[in-house]
Amino acid sequence: MDIIYVLVPLSIALIAFAITVLFWAIKNGQFEDMDSPAHKILFDDDEHDPKPNSPKDDASQGSDHK
Amino acid sequence: MTQENCFHCGEPAIEGQRWTLDIDGEAKTMCCPACKAVAETIIGAGLKDYYRHRTALPEISPAQKRAASSEVREELKLYDSPAVQKSFVIQSHDKQSATHSAEAMLVIEGISCAACGWLIEHRLSQLEGINKATLNLSSHRLLVDWQVDDLRLSQILEEIHQLGYQAHPFSATKEEEKRQQEKKTAFRRLAVAGIATMQVMMISVPLYAGEANGIKEQYAFVLRMASLVFATAVVMFSARPFFSAAIRDLQTRHLTMDVPVSLAILLAYFSSVWSTFNDGPEVYFDSVCMFTFFLLTGRFFEMRARHRMNQAGNNLLDLMPNAAIKSTADGDVVIASEEIQQGDVLIIKPGQQIPADGEVLTGSSAVDEAALTGEYLPVTKQPGTALLAGTHNVESQLTMKVTATGADAQLNTIMRLMDRAQQEKPAIAILADRVSSWFVAAVLLTTLSVAGVWYFIAPEQAFWISLSVLVVTCHCALSLATPTALTAATASLREQGFLISKGHVLEGLNQVNRVVFDKTGTLTQGELTLETLILEDPQADKEKLISIAASLEQYSNHPIAKAFNQVKTLPCDDVQQIPAQGVQGQYLGDEYRIGRADFACPQHNLTPPMEDERQWLLLSKNQQPMLWIALNDSIRAGAKALIQQLRAHNIKVSVLTGDPSPAARKTCQELGIDDVYTGLSPQQKLEYAKQWQNEGDVLMMVGDGINDVPTLAGAEVAITIGSASDLAQTNADSIVTSGHLASLGAAMLKAKDTRRIIKQNIGWALLYNLIALPMAATGMIPPWAAALGMSFSSLIVVFNALRLLKKEADWHKAQLA
Repeated sequence: MDIIYVLVPLSIALIAFAITVLFWAIKNGQFEDMDSPAHKILFDDDEHDPKPNSPKDDASQGSDHK
Repeated sequence: MTQENCFHCGEPAIEGQRWTLDIDGEAKTMCCPACKAVAETIIGAGLKDYYRHRTALPEISPAQKRAASSEVREELKLYDSPAVQKSFVIQSHDKQSATHSAEAMLVIEGISCAACGWLIEHRLSQLEGINKATLNLSSHRLLVDWQVDDLRLSQILEEIHQLGYQAHPFSATKEEEKRQQEKKTAFRRLAVAGIATMQVMMISVPLYAGEANGIKEQYAFVLRMASLVFATAVVMFSARPFFSAAIRDLQTRHLTMDVPVSLAILLAYFSSVWSTFNDGPEVYFDSVCMFTFFLLTGRFFEMRARHRMNQAGNNLLDLMPNAAIKSTADGDVVIASEEIQQGDVLIIKPGQQIPADGEVLTGSSAVDEAALTGEYLPVTKQPGTALLAGTHNVESQLTMKVTATGADAQLNTIMRLMDRAQQEKPAIAILADRVSSWFVAAVLLTTLSVAGVWYFIAPEQAFWISLSVLVVTCHCALSLATPTALTAATASLREQGFLISKGHVLEGLNQVNRVVFDKTGTLTQGELTLETLILEDPQADKEKLISIAASLEQYSNHPIAKAFNQVKTLPCDDVQQIPAQGVQGQYLGDEYRIGRADFACPQHNLTPPMEDERQWLLLSKNQQPMLWIALNDSIRAGAKALIQQLRAHNIKVSVLTGDPSPAARKTCQELGIDDVYTGLSPQQKLEYAKQWQNEGDVLMMVGDGINDVPTLAGAEVAITIGSASDLAQTNADSIVTSGHLASLGAAMLKAKDTRRIIKQNIGWALLYNLIALPMAATGMIPPWAAALGMSFSSLIVVFNALRLLKKEADWHKAQLA
């Protein structure tokens, strides 16, 4: 059971890392809008529309932009 | 006559005024060319799924009805000028690929559901030159990034306009940035507390198992140390707001809930640290983390609600237009509003906002000053009369000379009044804060007596028993008893049409002893409706005459015309709008005029058939009087009942209004209010409020216009109606979202119930913990029974609070009415 001397500090380190990543995500604005993505997924399965005036195609994945 | 609704906007499409569009082989009816144009744009872009997905009808403003006009296109071109773009567009030049892109944040008006966001994003993505278009559905803000060489900002704005929405530039004020920071920091604290809670609870499992079945001291020590690390993070980072608030309280000798909370956290933490290093019996790290987490969660949601209210109301910049047309010796030139100087001559077209304070030079028009005075009837402006920044020019073009700009404008004076009023506002003592004064005393007394008693029975256990009493009581009472009651009450009221965004409202409602109402838009609907029709010739066809009146009025921009919106119209020819007089036109060969009596029938000298102060219009045929029409502002639903309820509770009622007419006093008297002050400026309203506060009154202010904002800021409890101007909504503590004043009545009753329930909860928490904990600690009750009892006790507190979810009987009645 002496392994506990290794495991416990290890898990603390992991949590510390997780919190660091979380802080980065908050700073980066990932949590700015928590309502829109829930709605966006409802529409994308019906993308069959012709694009009448858009030769530029990388804009067609509209809602994936972030 | 079949009733059909417009396929796009849902408004009734009046027979004789219908347009059709072929969609998927089926002919769909539209109510006007504007809706048809928008639908064509949407279908043409391949986005007709919008109609399938949308969950709400679009909000169409009267401006939309002019959507297809080239006038709008000209206005939008203003946004291409670098001077205007300076304040809200970020330019970036990429040296490597030699491209020039720009980014801007726009606020979009008219979004009614998620499909709108989808529509805008997809349509913009189809345009060549767009790099990114992302819409935030909760704040209605659109972030666009585009290549400057391929696309102009005005083109983007026009696309949005063609879809049926309006875009304004967005410029974050300092408050907005501060709010963003506040939100991020609060979220960080919350996240750390939440993660720590989970970890420490997990570690508690082996620790408790160890207590029951035995565990090696070294292992227990390691586990305790791990809990200590997490709890330290929580105490030093997440719990800091409580400590700073507690220190501030002690300095101002004004006890709030933060003092016992901080006490409980620190005591539990430090005693657990001592216990870890000295092999003491108990550690309370899990309590520390969980306690902090629960409290932070409550405050986080309250903050989000507050921010949402502030965000939806846009910044003051939105009231002032970004660009203006200046008349110079070289012709008319577009300048940014920041460049306007005193003495400049500006041209204000109909439908535009007035960008600075000034005086009319040429032209005659009606100006809608509702934003500042709250009165819906536009004021006639002739050369020599004053104009105020932020108001709307309604009828025809004006030229003005600027007398005050920017900081000196009337609008900003109101802002300054508001800031000062806010600083001087007397604070409501929240129930929870008042409770905490005697709560701290009660808990300390309890703890000391427990300590004293157990000192004689089993001295070595006395400290730990007392500590457990203190920690657990605080936890139960402060994080369960009060917050659950407040949350339940707030949720119930939200469903009844009363949205609370500041914590002190529920208690404040209990303390209010004088309610101050604004009249227009608050006690009344704020719109003109057709009230009385009197025929000059009893044989004439009333329906036909009303239709003719409506047909003429639809060509007018004056708000009086809105009263006729629901009436079926007939085709008229040669319709002309005469500013400040009325409208005239031809129908089946006869000339009809509607408006002032001396305009409709110049030869006669006529006065309205009834002697009152209502707005009277005369419809004449070939200059012979045909029909008298009286317009009036109708009283808001629930107003009378609310006044009666207030009277029944011995609360004083007063009205402060900007309306100078005697009709104002009469309307209030009909509602049963005698304490009425008319013709007041925003400053005067605030002075009355302050005077009453000095006499010892606790005020609740109910208002809706910008002219109410300083008084709203200074009153202890500030309420607005859902249809109020954005600035009023931002400065209010609560909004009556239903538009029905029964919601406000429900809130006042609910506040009384809330106070009662909170007292019951705290009393129960104290009593239970006082008895059960010491018994458990000394083994009189087996631990599992104690744990069960604790859970049960918490449940009792929560269920008691849930009683507040019941809705008022009056609300149900009002719904059915």
